[in-house]
Amino acid sequence: MSRENIEQFWIGGVLRWIGIVLFFLACAFPFYYMLLLSFRSIQSVLVEPANLIPDWELVRTLQTYKEVLKPVDQGGQGFVVFIRNSLGVSLVTTAITLWVSISAAYAATRLDFRGKNLVNWGLLLVYMIPAIVLAIPLFVLYSKLGLRSDVPRRLLGLIVVYLSSTLPVALYMLRSYFQTIPVELEEAALIDGCTRLEALRKIVIPLSLPAIASTGLYVFMIAWNEFLYALLFLLEERNAWTLPLGVKQLDTQEVPKTMLMAGSVIITIPVIVLFTFFERFITGGLTAGGVKG
Amino acid sequence: MSLFSRGINSSATPRLTLAQQEERLAYRLLAVPVTVVVLLVILPLLWNIFLSFQELRLIELQKLSLWAAEFTTRNYEKVVGARGFITLLRTTLIYSLFGTILPLLLGLTAAVLARDAFPGRGVFRSILLFPYIAPIVATVFVWRMMFNAQFGIVNEWASMLGYPRLSYFSQRYVDLHLFGTTLKWPLALSMVIIFSGWRYFPFSFLFYLARLQALPEDLYEAAKVDGATLTQRFWYITLPQLRVVTATLVLLRFIWTFNKFDDVFLLTGGAAGTEVITVKIYDWLFGRADVGAAAALSIVLAIILAVLLFIYFRYFFVEEEV
Repeated sequence: MSRENIEQFWIGGVLRWIGIVLFFLACAFPFYYMLLLSFRSIQSVLVEPANLIPDWELVRTLQTYKEVLKPVDQGGQGFVVFIRNSLGVSLVTTAITLWVSISAAYAATRLDFRGKNLVNWGLLLVYMIPAIVLAIPLFVLYSKLGLRSDVPRRLLGLIVVYLSSTLPVALYMLRSYFQTIPVELEEAALIDGCTRLEALRKIVIPLSLPAIASTGLYVFMIAWNEFLYALLFLLEERNAWTLPLGVKQLDTQEVPKTMLMAGSVIITIPVIVLFTFFERFITGGLTAGGVKG
Repeated sequence: MSLFSRGINSSATPRLTLAQQEERLAYRLLAVPVTVVVLLVILPLLWNIFLSFQELRLIELQKLSLWAAEFTTRNYEKVVGARGFITLLRTTLIYSLFGTILPLLLGLTAAVLARDAFPGRGVFRSILLFPYIAPIVATVFVWRMMFNAQFGIVNEWASMLGYPRLSYFSQRYVDLHLFGTTLKWPLALSMVIIFSGWRYFPFSFLFYLARLQALPEDLYEAAKVDGATLTQRFWYITLPQLRVVTATLVLLRFIWTFNKFDDVFLLTGGAAGTEVITVKIYDWLFGRADVGAAAALSIVLAIILAVLLFIYFRYFFVEEEV
């Protein structure tokens, strides 16, 4: 056999398949393990740690999940409140971000104005600033402004902070997409008497729906997964917690680890569902925006 | 005639030219994002510099005033002169460096594996993105469960194979016996880095895969005709084509890892030799309730990052394929 044939067989064949299987297992198994532990009782996990079969009785009754979702005064962990907060914060952040950034991205690609370069570079630079550097002054500022008092104000404050990081990303992603749409289409509309904003609404937006979808999904996921700012602004007020804080608080000695895993599954499911349905958009968005992670 | 009179009218009541109208529209459309960024990024950044020169405790926040400020450099002396600052710096650099390299290597490997079609490649690609899109809290906690000293599946498998049980995320060193010598291997820090490799490789995987699939096939055909084998084709044709994307990925990954707080904070809380600057900042802020020192250390973080980026752009960054 020639060297080429040997390499084709061992490296291109055997080694490649081993690699594929290893990567697959490394990425899939932790999520299976998470699900598995949420469907076993902590006693049986301690007795038989290597058992990879769920307890079907717990799968049927969803007991661990019920415990996690139940309100605190009924002895549960109150996750329903966290889910509501997380959904609210993420959806509002996504809606405002899209609303503002679509027209802003249009302005940044199609219109001429003084300071255009400054705006474009400034937004990119903002992307590079560490969150923890901004966290301290914002924490102090929010304390002084009373945005760390009641639940609505805390959540409002959180949304505003999220906007400061999602707006530049969304603008950047949409801008790079708008640049690929031929100007001629709009020029025709402008000559026919459309205003700029009508051209945006009737031509650019319908043509960019895939990009808008992927930007929206991306922004939603940023807000849904965010941990540091939620920790800083919400910690003392349990009713304002978002899901990441809720899951973090399950990480104590008093709570069985199976419940920690159930909480982790709850926070992961929406992301995986969105990903499964809109994979094309999300994958496109990841590479288009150079999305932070 | 009508045209002419309109012209006269417009000069009487000055109307904006089309260019001026567009400029106004642009400012109006950009007003919100620019305001948000100025109010919530630029001003806080400046204010953070101000805070870093203040003696300010967490409980005294209400007393803080811009006017009666006394400037002091004590915060900087405190955080830089603190015992273990060099260790802190070293841990941060090791974490950032290997937290950049490992995801890139894994991403490249996965991309090479997935370049040519095979049954189930679509599913394979989707599953490989899970670690990246899943919320950080969920991924951290499932890792801590898998490596739990008491019942974690990894320890269970390891002990079946005759290896000792380890507290992977809370044990600073493990004795590694290699070639008759014993090496003190930093266990927790390695685990944090391996976690980064697992969580962040999908990002470089996608970039590398896109680049690999864009490489022209005839290049490979020509190399085959010339007798280049599989490994030679990878080494001499594929790799050189990945320089630009690698330079970009190194840049992004390094910045993001250097600034990363969540991962180490949730995995180890900064214990067992894994404390990085971001976690230390949090510790100054809440653990020691010292706002001024936390602000000072965050400025130090930003300065170190700026210096490293300057060096990178000056000496290492490649922009165009040669």
